[in-house]
Amino acid sequence: MASRRRAARHSSSRAALTLADLPTGQRCVLDRLDLPDDMARRLMELGFLPGNEVVPGRRAPGGGPRVFRVDGSEVALRHETAARLYVRRDPESDLVVLS
Amino acid sequence: MSSCHGDTPRAGLLPNPSILPPRPVNERPIIVAIVGPPNSGKSTLFNRLTGLRQKVANFPGVTVEHRMGKAKLKDNHEVFLVDLPGVYSLHPRAEDEQVTHDVLKGERPDFPKPDAVVLILDVTNLGRHLVLAAPILSLGLPTLILLNMADDLALRGGKVDVAALSSELNCPVALISAAKGTGIDGIQQFLMGTAARLSAPPPKIELPVLQDVPKCRQWAAKLGVRASYRAPAPPLWTRRLDSVFLHPVAGPLVFVAIVVAVFQSIFSWAQPVMEGLQHAVLWSGHWMTLVLPDSPWRGLLVDGIWAGVGSVVVFLPQILLLFLFIGILEDSGYLARAALIADRTMAKFGLQGKSFIPLLSAYACAVPAVMATRVIENKRDRIATVMIAPLMTCSARLPVYTLLIAAFIPNIPLLGGVLSLPAATMLSLYVLGFVVAVAVARILKSTILKSKGSSFVLEMPPYRWPTWQSLALRLIDRAKIFLHRAGTVILVVSVVLWVFAHVPLDHGKAPTLEHSFAGMVGKTMEPAIKPLGFNWKIGIGLITSLAAREVIVGTLGTIYGIEGDEPSKGLQAAVHQDLSTAGAIALLIFFAFAMQCFSTLAVVKRETGGWKWPVFQFSYMLALAYSGSWLAFHIANHFLG
Repeated sequence: MASRRRAARHSSSRAALTLADLPTGQRCVLDRLDLPDDMARRLMELGFLPGNEVVPGRRAPGGGPRVFRVDGSEVALRHETAARLYVRRDPESDLVVLS
Repeated sequence: MSSCHGDTPRAGLLPNPSILPPRPVNERPIIVAIVGPPNSGKSTLFNRLTGLRQKVANFPGVTVEHRMGKAKLKDNHEVFLVDLPGVYSLHPRAEDEQVTHDVLKGERPDFPKPDAVVLILDVTNLGRHLVLAAPILSLGLPTLILLNMADDLALRGGKVDVAALSSELNCPVALISAAKGTGIDGIQQFLMGTAARLSAPPPKIELPVLQDVPKCRQWAAKLGVRASYRAPAPPLWTRRLDSVFLHPVAGPLVFVAIVVAVFQSIFSWAQPVMEGLQHAVLWSGHWMTLVLPDSPWRGLLVDGIWAGVGSVVVFLPQILLLFLFIGILEDSGYLARAALIADRTMAKFGLQGKSFIPLLSAYACAVPAVMATRVIENKRDRIATVMIAPLMTCSARLPVYTLLIAAFIPNIPLLGGVLSLPAATMLSLYVLGFVVAVAVARILKSTILKSKGSSFVLEMPPYRWPTWQSLALRLIDRAKIFLHRAGTVILVVSVVLWVFAHVPLDHGKAPTLEHSFAGMVGKTMEPAIKPLGFNWKIGIGLITSLAAREVIVGTLGTIYGIEGDEPSKGLQAAVHQDLSTAGAIALLIFFAFAMQCFSTLAVVKRETGGWKWPVFQFSYMLALAYSGSWLAFHIANHFLG
């Protein structure tokens, strides 16, 4: 089960990181969803909750949507949606998952 | 809450009277709703419990399908099960979620509130799936929680304490495998007990605020900890298979290979069975002619009904084979990957990957496809998908294509025998339908159905072996629908056609076909279709096929049956008198584009809420069919001389 995260939210001065920026297998922790309410709720029901761990997986052939591992399942999102999900890298589990 | 419904006679309120016979007031049927998130194995369970005693139906006014079925209990009582659309929460947003919400709350006037709920969850992803338990338990109905995919959990090293979970939630919980059929007996006991229960005790663990998704998820996590849940290892085979099916090079190749294999096998495997059936129809027709006394009734039976219906029934094996392949693709989880692969391409035409699933099922039949478009949240995307769905080569076109291709396209091997010319022709018709459909989508999406960027969110289910039971049920369902159509629409059209071909009487004798009513209608429209290479007999077929495409085959069967050409020559030989090869190609193109299906128009009207879209659809497709076949006829004539 995904580990619960600490509240220490260091406000970084760098440009905010989104799910779309990460290489395949780079673990990260979801920070916030910058999406309309309905869409955000839908994604949250699928596991994209702030604090949950997300691992970017395969991209569809030809650069289509990408599969993300989140909360025990795999969900495909388009690039423009992934770019609205802000993440941070958790130093405790900052690993690249192979396979 | 539920007890106030206890004494109302519900039988009269139920949909589908055929499977829900009216009951005495004091013995009203018990209704149990099966609820679960998508991909939780809900339908597999439903099939296990009801077998063949089920029926697909629609809630009036909305396009959401639900299935009703009967389960016979060991104590000889029967329980009605309703399979509700898969949901992640009871927060109504999409139309199908609204239906599940309304039925469970007893807020649908046309459907009684269920007496009990069976909640099915995927135990390999219990943390997320348990979230749904909160809103379901808050309904206060007797609830049974089934943790499905128990075999997967054990195999991948997960575990859960069922007794602890049951005591926390204060309701029965069982580990089952719907696919393997293990643990199903416990459901019987629960269902037998539902009659006695009126409401359920509240769970021991306090329910979260239902509107708050993070709170609900935390609640589920806490529950998981108390039930000592250990999540299983990731599904290794799914990852291995995805590394092939979603590979940048291998993925699309596998995709194309699967499609080609399906069409080639539909052609070669179904052929012997179809020929056998064809002979059976011909032989039994002869036999009836010999046994029955000579009268107009014999003519109606043998040449009208038998030739008409029989020539369509012959295509059943091919249609079932197509549905079998689509069923395997869907049940195995590959269709979700196909949607993922297709998304980028579909986006170029203004659609999205989710449009791909209805479009693929439109290859079987446009009616379920139009209903399947409800997975698309964006209304304009959805209408665009509905508009182009009938351009996909549905199974009703198969009889027409098969007849014309077998009659006119020589069997020449291509690509060193991998493909034959008839199979290649069939495949190109399928491709043509698809290409034209996406082109139409592009035009619609950049004109009348323009919309802001749509989104694509799709859960990828793990790969699973399709079960024989669910595949068999699908096929039986389809065979029933097809035979029902053959027994109603095609039967009626055949009889009407036979009568129209035998009046007005000429000195007390039946006229020649040319001078009959049917012939006159054909002759009247001949000038309009002559430029396409069709004569008046084909014209009669075009009119009857407005009801359903495959009717033209039955009509030609009836026409040639009446004309008394040696029936043993068969339909294939007979159509050669009326069509040149160029005309046959034009006819193929006409059927590829024309909207000849009442059922589809009716479902489009219901789906889009008015006549505007179905009328538009019929007109644009007719224009496409006419100009397309005109072009095809002239090009083919040019090359074939």
